[in-house]
Amino acid sequence: MFGILRTLWLTFLHAGHRRVTVGYPEHKPPLPPRYRGRIILSRDPDGMERCVACNLCAVACPVDCISLQKAEQDGRWYPDYFRINFSRCIFCGMCEEACPTYAIQLTPDFEMSEYLRPNLVYEKEDLLISGTGKYPDYSFFRVAGVKIPGKDKGEAEREAAPIDLHTLLP
Amino acid sequence: MTAPMPVIIGVTLVVLLGLATFLTWFERRLLGLWQDRYGPNRVGPGGILQAVADGIKILFKQDWIPPFADRGVFVLAPAIGMMTVLLSFGVVPVTAFWSIAGDLNVGLLFVLAMMGMGVYGVVLAGWASNSKYALLGGMRAAAQMISYEVFMGLSVLGVVMQAGSFTMRDIVLAQSGLWFVVPQALGCAVFTLAGIAETHRLPFDLPEGENELGAGFHTEYSGMKFGIFFLAEYAGVVLISALLVTLYLGGWQGPLLPPALWFALKTGALVCLFILLRAALPRPRYDQLMALGWKILLPLSLINIAATGAILLLHAPG
Amino acid sequence: MSDLPFILFSLVAAVAAIMVVTRAVAVHALLYLVVVLLSLAGVFFALGAPFAAMLEVIIYAGAVMVLFVFVVMMLNLGRSDRDRERHWMAPAVWIGPALLSGLLLIALCTTLRTIPPTAASDTMAPIGPQSVGLLLYGPYVLSVELASFLLLAGLVSAFHIGRNIRGTGTGEP
Ligand code: SF4
Ligand code: SF4
Repeated sequence: MFGILRTLWLTFLHAGHRRVTVGYPEHKPPLPPRYRGRIILSRDPDGMERCVACNLCAVACPVDCISLQKAEQDGRWYPDYFRINFSRCIFCGMCEEACPTYAIQLTPDFEMSEYLRPNLVYEKEDLLISGTGKYPDYSFFRVAGVKIPGKDKGEAEREAAPIDLHTLLP
Repeated sequence: MTAPMPVIIGVTLVVLLGLATFLTWFERRLLGLWQDRYGPNRVGPGGILQAVADGIKILFKQDWIPPFADRGVFVLAPAIGMMTVLLSFGVVPVTAFWSIAGDLNVGLLFVLAMMGMGVYGVVLAGWASNSKYALLGGMRAAAQMISYEVFMGLSVLGVVMQAGSFTMRDIVLAQSGLWFVVPQALGCAVFTLAGIAETHRLPFDLPEGENELGAGFHTEYSGMKFGIFFLAEYAGVVLISALLVTLYLGGWQGPLLPPALWFALKTGALVCLFILLRAALPRPRYDQLMALGWKILLPLSLINIAATGAILLLHAPG
Repeated sequence: MSDLPFILFSLVAAVAAIMVVTRAVAVHALLYLVVVLLSLAGVFFALGAPFAAMLEVIIYAGAVMVLFVFVVMMLNLGRSDRDRERHWMAPAVWIGPALLSGLLLIALCTTLRTIPPTAASDTMAPIGPQSVGLLLYGPYVLSVELASFLLLAGLVSAFHIGRNIRGTGTGEP
């Protein structure tokens, strides 16, 4: 009996408490930088596409909403098309975890409603941004041993020059 | 002084239905306030037009009658629920000059009778829907409302004994010195609880019990038929509050302010109290509800009657 | 025409009563019975006995009939029961009793006409709850007490039937 009255009184006191609701369109909630929102494809510091079309993200995606096709130019791989169906994406971030080149990243933007479902299928032009995203200094091709124009074998960071098999010198 | 009867009836009807609609919004705002949220605050200033928006939406919804339902009774049930509540208002005296039948010499009994008829709305809805959840809800409602009607009737007897009349207006006039809530505190408490159970409001909304029964007796209802049930519930809240004011809180009487305003203020405060109950309290189990009624409220109201009778006899002249 | 409400209510009561016996669905019949009781209350009201009218609504229409509906709800009557009821409603079944009752009705009406109207019927003032109470606890106190004994007996037997027999696993522990 007393407990009930006390409950009533305490609930009544809540009239003076601050409300926890954030009135959304007027007040944007503060989102942490690692919030998992709209997916982007980033570029490396040189302004080239980071994605090497390895398909790891497409494999990791639990709902199979990534679709891409590999193309090749001067030894660099890049996606011919890169398509994410955001009407299926669950924003789990698995793709970001799987990506070896930090190309695919999730951003703190969630305002992507559409009236037509097909509009939620984002193409590469929609996904690709001009910056580097969360990892400003990383460039896959500077670390990897792949030969690309302007960087021969053994010229990558932390990479020794290739051993010349034809010489007998120690 | 008195306005012509059709005017009174018309104004009361419009005010009541408007009030019930308004309450659908008001309750959600108050619940929000007490639960640290906002509630509907978008449509119109402060969200007050939300009620209108809901009304428009529910009016244009498909009014579907399940093929397995008993059509006639299915349609009749919400009407009964609404009508009994509205009829009960007929005997509530808003002020000395403003009531439809405030001086009916069996006014209080009329209210009890209408409450008794109100059970049919719920029970028949449960039966006519011809589905398990609705039937269970209807059965719960029947048992709960019949039981609590008993306590309600017994608890107001103290008031009747003190006022010496079943007439609502006389009951109010008898409180010009001291409001009955003081000498009849026990009866007032029992009446409040019984009133909540009778309107099957939270925390006693077991006939609906959405955790276990879907939506209880109105599971199969949609569109405006559901809306009528919904509005009847809110009109019931207003009715119970108005009755509490009339029977225990001195009706329209009060200093300074005009009588109608006093009545509205008291009723409004009680409506807020009902909403607070909903915001704060969890729903009891069904056997707890019945045990509370028969093991606590019944003896309490009997004690109340006996004590009131004894004191009245002691003070009786001669 | 101050008799108009009375005639109206009685008419409704009579029609509803016919509907009660001709319905095939039990709940519909019960609903019409409720209508009968309500219109009877109206008759009481028209005759100047509001207290009796209200009690009629509260007790018969409000409580007893709800229990009836409650029980019928739990019986789970289906289409087959409805068809059986229809079958029982064949004219061969009811024409005999109906004719006899009709005769009885005519006889009743003719005998009633022979009784001269009493003076009380004109000077009827509405009987308030107070006078009913005074009468009940004055000249009729014995019957009130007897009725209360009967109710008490009913209460005790209901308690006996519904009591919790220890060890049989019924009711709460
Ligand atoms: S966030 Fe999850 S669901 Fe969305 S594309 Fe990446 S892996 Fe697929
Ligand atoms: S985004 Fe990353 S994981 Fe996906 S294909 Fe490109 S490089 Fe591979």
